[in-house]
Amino acid sequence: MAAISETDTGTSNPLLRLWRDKETRSVIIQIVTMVVILTAVVLLLRNVVINLEAVGKTFSFDFFFYPAGYDITFSPIIEYSSRDTHLRAAVVGLLNTFLIAICGIVLSTIMGFTMGILRLSSNWLVNRLVYCFLEFTRNIPVLLHILFIHGLVVTLLPVPKNALVFTDSFFLTNRGFFVPLPVWGPTAWIVALGLAAAIVFVFFFARWAKKVQDETGKIYPVFLISLGAIIGVTGLAFLAAGMPLTWSYPELKGFNFKGGLALKPEFIALWLALSYYTSCFIAEIVRAGILAISHGQTEAAYALGLRPNRTLQLVIIPQALRVIVPPLTSQYLNVTKNSSLAIAIGYMDIVATVGGITLMQTGKEMETMIVVLLVYLSISLVISAFMNWYNKRMALVER
Amino acid sequence: MKPWNVPNVLSATLVVAALGVTGAASASTLDDVKSNGVLRCVVSTGVPGFAYPDASGTWKGFDIDFCRATAAAVLGDSSKIKAVTSTGQTRFTLLNSGEGDVLWRNTTVTFSRDVGVKLRFHGINYYDGQGFLVKKNLGIRSAKELDGASVCIQTGTTTELNLADYFHANGMKYEAVTIQTNDEGRQNYVEGRCDVYTTDASGLAAIRSTFSEPNDHIILPEIISKEPLGPATRQGDDQWSDIVTWVLNATVTAEEKGVTSSNVDEMMSSKDPEILRLLGVEGSQGEELGLNKKWAYNIIKSVGNYGEIFERNIGTNTPIGLERGLNALWTNGGLQYSPPFR
Ligand SMILES: N[C@@H](CCC(=O)N[C@@H](CS)C(=O)NCC(=O)O)C(=O)O
Repeated sequence: MAAISETDTGTSNPLLRLWRDKETRSVIIQIVTMVVILTAVVLLLRNVVINLEAVGKTFSFDFFFYPAGYDITFSPIIEYSSRDTHLRAAVVGLLNTFLIAICGIVLSTIMGFTMGILRLSSNWLVNRLVYCFLEFTRNIPVLLHILFIHGLVVTLLPVPKNALVFTDSFFLTNRGFFVPLPVWGPTAWIVALGLAAAIVFVFFFARWAKKVQDETGKIYPVFLISLGAIIGVTGLAFLAAGMPLTWSYPELKGFNFKGGLALKPEFIALWLALSYYTSCFIAEIVRAGILAISHGQTEAAYALGLRPNRTLQLVIIPQALRVIVPPLTSQYLNVTKNSSLAIAIGYMDIVATVGGITLMQTGKEMETMIVVLLVYLSISLVISAFMNWYNKRMALVER
Repeated sequence: MKPWNVPNVLSATLVVAALGVTGAASASTLDDVKSNGVLRCVVSTGVPGFAYPDASGTWKGFDIDFCRATAAAVLGDSSKIKAVTSTGQTRFTLLNSGEGDVLWRNTTVTFSRDVGVKLRFHGINYYDGQGFLVKKNLGIRSAKELDGASVCIQTGTTTELNLADYFHANGMKYEAVTIQTNDEGRQNYVEGRCDVYTTDASGLAAIRSTFSEPNDHIILPEIISKEPLGPATRQGDDQWSDIVTWVLNATVTAEEKGVTSSNVDEMMSSKDPEILRLLGVEGSQGEELGLNKKWAYNIIKSVGNYGEIFERNIGTNTPIGLERGLNALWTNGGLQYSPPFR
């Protein structure tokens, strides 16, 4: 309506008339803005080219195929030695970034949901305790949390020789936590097969049970049966395969523990600090999401005779998730981006490898930073895309 | 489609414009330094004896004295310096982006830094090599016994490359604990996060001097690399490069000729023509560099010659306690050798 009344003010100047029209005006503004931005980008690129030329630097990614020359000790997923290329070092860094991002997202979600629900507890003490933890934690920059946890691990825990030992196989030291690592025998594929079969069964069973429930109202204990199937079938397969599992125990040899699985202080500090810091924001999001569902819904569900946990499952959570998921996405993006603080404690992520050592040793600031930026951009876009997809699925389906 | 958010676009444009404007390398570092009235030196974040702020916050040390010498030559006042602190990782970016005028920071001259990173090097103010520091009670006598050890290294250094090569060549493994600054490295070493701290031997001596019981720690006999440390500037400013080169040469020549901070005034009437040229009594060397006649006089008067700088900061009478060794004058069996002032 506004647009029409504006154009109706009757001016003879056609340009002014165009400007007064809301639609055209927005198009004009967009065009002008685009021109400004493009000009800026072109100027910037021009400046980069000129400056690179001025210092006599070439622009090329060839260095990625030369030996890196530096070691990365923390490479849990692929093998790496200093004789490998910068490209492989970059992949190691990328995998380490993925690892910390995924672990961080999982743990912060668990902690965040737990604390969010505890915040709603009617128990005054629990409620206050969580509240204080949240307020305290999220008002301190995450970098300090990372340095703090790292400092704690390195200064408070003993050196390997005096490790804190639990049941002769778990060792706590300031060089990391060493735990037994499962080593699968050659027949392990039978177990994997059993597990896969069980999962397929559970999938179809759940669909079937839902259909039955829709048609007849009969409810099967889907969760218990699924759990039983997974444990039972996998267990049987494990026995049938002749128990193809041994454990590699950590053992102190020379300077350090050998064998087992090592959780390095750098990883632990980054993981814990990122997780509990982010979980504080998630907790508030969860709390807000649940509070957003009016109490009338609960009462209505009760009136229909739904038990409290079914009410939570079928009425509250699906609706709350709609409120929770969009801001949750940005918290997941935060975990990923904040993981770049890894460099402060020497966790070798993509910033520390490509954006750090490779940059420094090759002098290729431009190229390495472009790679690092693209990596973060892609990770963030993928997370956003996934969360958008999930949000669409969760969104109100109006019939 | 939603219209663009205009204020955001505006601020983004401003930022971009600012980026576009800065970074255009200025023509003459000398003019910049003179008009700023202060020399900005890229130095380390803190290595005792080499570059560290004392209790009152004044920067002291071997590298700092060379920075002061440069300021004395250019500005006539050795106190007109500003320390731009840098980690191993950030130092060249700071220099190349114009945050500093010259770099005096335990920096090894290498091919890739000279050619790839596009720095200009101007001689060696300290001949060094990489060593290993361990706690005595480990009972280790040689670096060859370090298989499986955790090693603290500063990232962005030649140290981490040498270390990888050395262990690879000797078929040994290690856990690299990568840290950013000397202080962090020291802390991790003290707490036992790593068994070994490795860096330039001079740096190890400096760190060892900060322990309450320096004798509980030993530097292993193996020196696994050559670390010629020297000043660096940006490429493309020949006049400025000449100045830094000859500041260093002036301190060495002064020592060779026996000119010290205490006798420099008498030396103004020396019989040796090279001393007269050095001190600007004869010839026009100062003017040719774009400085005044007394540039080298000012260096020696206020900071001293190479030997004085060495002994004051890191020599055998200091807690660091380094021998001259390779850094003795060539006339005493060392490598310090200045081209003639002629
Ligand atoms: N000379 C080597 C290593 C230089 C280096 O980083 N040395 C350490 C220890 S002597 C240092 O200066 N650290 C200073 C700091 O932590 O800021 C290089 O140029 O890469």
